[in-house]
Amino acid sequence: MTPDLMEAGSERLQRYRTESGGRSPSMARPVVAGEVDVTHGRILYLEDVHVSFDGFKAINGLNLDIAPGELRCIIGPNGAGKTTMMDIITGKTRPDRGTVFFGSTIDLLRYREPEIAAMGIGRKFQKPTVFEQLSVFENLELALKTHKGVAASMRFALNGAQKDRIAEVLHTIHLAGSTTRQAGLLSHGQKQWLEIGMLLVQEPRLLLLDEPVAGMTDEETARTAELFLSLKGKHSLMVVEHDMHFINAISEKVTVLCDGSVLAEGTLAQVQADERVIEVYLGR
Amino acid sequence: MATTTDLQLPAPEPLLGARGWALFLAALIAICAIAPALNLLVPEGSALHLSDYLVGLLGKFMCYAIVALAIDLIWGYTGILSLGHGLFFALGGYVMGMHLMREAAGPGALPAFMGFLDWKALPWHWALSGSFAATVLLVFAVPGAVGGVFGYFAFRSRIKGVYFSIITQALTYAAMLLFFRNETGFGGNNGFTGFTGIVGFSLNTQGMHVLLFALSGLALLGCFLFSRWLIRSKYGRVLQAVRDAESRTMFCGYDPLPYKLSIWVISAMMCGLAGALYVPQVGIINPSEMSVGNSIEMAVWTAVGGRASLVGPILGAFAVNGGKSWLTVAAPESWLYVLGALFIVVTLFMPGGLIRLPQQLRQWRDKRRAQAAAPLKGVPA
Repeated sequence: MTPDLMEAGSERLQRYRTESGGRSPSMARPVVAGEVDVTHGRILYLEDVHVSFDGFKAINGLNLDIAPGELRCIIGPNGAGKTTMMDIITGKTRPDRGTVFFGSTIDLLRYREPEIAAMGIGRKFQKPTVFEQLSVFENLELALKTHKGVAASMRFALNGAQKDRIAEVLHTIHLAGSTTRQAGLLSHGQKQWLEIGMLLVQEPRLLLLDEPVAGMTDEETARTAELFLSLKGKHSLMVVEHDMHFINAISEKVTVLCDGSVLAEGTLAQVQADERVIEVYLGR
Repeated sequence: MATTTDLQLPAPEPLLGARGWALFLAALIAICAIAPALNLLVPEGSALHLSDYLVGLLGKFMCYAIVALAIDLIWGYTGILSLGHGLFFALGGYVMGMHLMREAAGPGALPAFMGFLDWKALPWHWALSGSFAATVLLVFAVPGAVGGVFGYFAFRSRIKGVYFSIITQALTYAAMLLFFRNETGFGGNNGFTGFTGIVGFSLNTQGMHVLLFALSGLALLGCFLFSRWLIRSKYGRVLQAVRDAESRTMFCGYDPLPYKLSIWVISAMMCGLAGALYVPQVGIINPSEMSVGNSIEMAVWTAVGGRASLVGPILGAFAVNGGKSWLTVAAPESWLYVLGALFIVVTLFMPGGLIRLPQQLRQWRDKRRAQAAAPLKGVPA
């Protein structure tokens, strides 16, 4: 390539970036590494995903997308593929085929778990998993959004803003009185909250929450609903739950999964009225 | 609703507390001043005299304590049980042994065992053994490199738990077979012995024995402080996070591989240092140091002392080896049975090891008292 051609090319690129906001149909938007591109209105996009374990089709042609700031509830009978779907998004399971995108530029299938987490996808497990031997504070400190390499960890010290962030989250999850308590000694509901708190300090763009209110008291459930509603807009949330009261309290759009693909989508009232949904839940 | 500013977050732990520093200084003085003085200055008949035998024994124990500390880092804090740390200990010992053999042979001459094999020149891997500085470097580099290559492939393949332990055993066993062979150039089953001096000084003087004892003690204290610094940092807490919930750690954005690998290599290097200090004190290194039983014994020191506490394994190494020294004289055949029984008893009844025994006894006593106070608690009416 001759120098003048290269120059002309870079001029054109510059013009497209400035004049058209980078959205000229003849040239794609420049991809910025590590930045989630949501200009197409989708933060998570799954198309035609298939996974089978020893012949059992856990995910079978799944199509799903989530808008930035949306709070999406996922319901479905046992074995519908809800947890497997989260495993695929977070890099734990590789699909046999299909497309999984974070924003419109990041192909999640090319990354491993820690990389996906660092990009801004946080996950809460079905069974609350916290670092049992560490204190509540240390759990949050570890989850905090910062450099996660070996050398950075050896030199790490909390700065003022990070301390404020941890203190704020401690209040949000109602554990401000138990900062030095060993996480393994917390009640089941408190562990759930701590895990949610660990997600919050990670500052993810997208939160995947697998049965976040299982084992919580009614009061704790109500407070969790309140918390999720306050997160909506700033973050995108995908919540898998069986508790219909909870879903009713938080949901705008519900997706019903069955046998590894989407059975119905709509408001809770709509899907509850859907014949097919009634059929899979009540049996034939 | 409370504001966020009134909440007191726990301050970072100091490297050592006031009591910790006092004990540390006491140990330092004991090793560098008191013990040498009791051995060198106090006359032999006196009750306060520290015998040469004890100096040698305690010097060895301090090398063992470094190994127990190294195993604690990888097993107690990171949850990876290695049953092959004897390999790294022996590698450090062999590196030092090679240098001592060169020194014993004198400049330009081949070590004696090579003469028996009718070798005319040094094999390639002996190239650096003539230099003391290179030897000091290799004492860390060789175990670190062997551990690093092995660890990289094992951890990358996500080999965990008992499978990992078995592979480490196989590794040390394979190395032992390799070192047994004469043609590998490590002195075969006799190993290296007949050392005379180090950097121009004779190894067989009382002063040198005390110096090696003090160096081992300083190395132990140094390793302890370094381990404490590691464990107290966020790095140490990530290691514990990997131990308790590895998948959660990954979903927090940490890649476990560099963490496991770095602590594994650090642990291997500490063992190498211990081995290098051990060999000039005992005057011999041979492949039996790499035997599987040896490595298991090392894990027992850590378990008996108490995992995930840095002082515990040091105590454990002293206690188990003290017991061994006494028992192998009093009832030589029984030692292996005692060792096995010790491992079972500690695992079943003292999971916290010696260091947490007082705490365990206190809990047990409180429980007994509570039961005595409310004898019918839990009994249906």
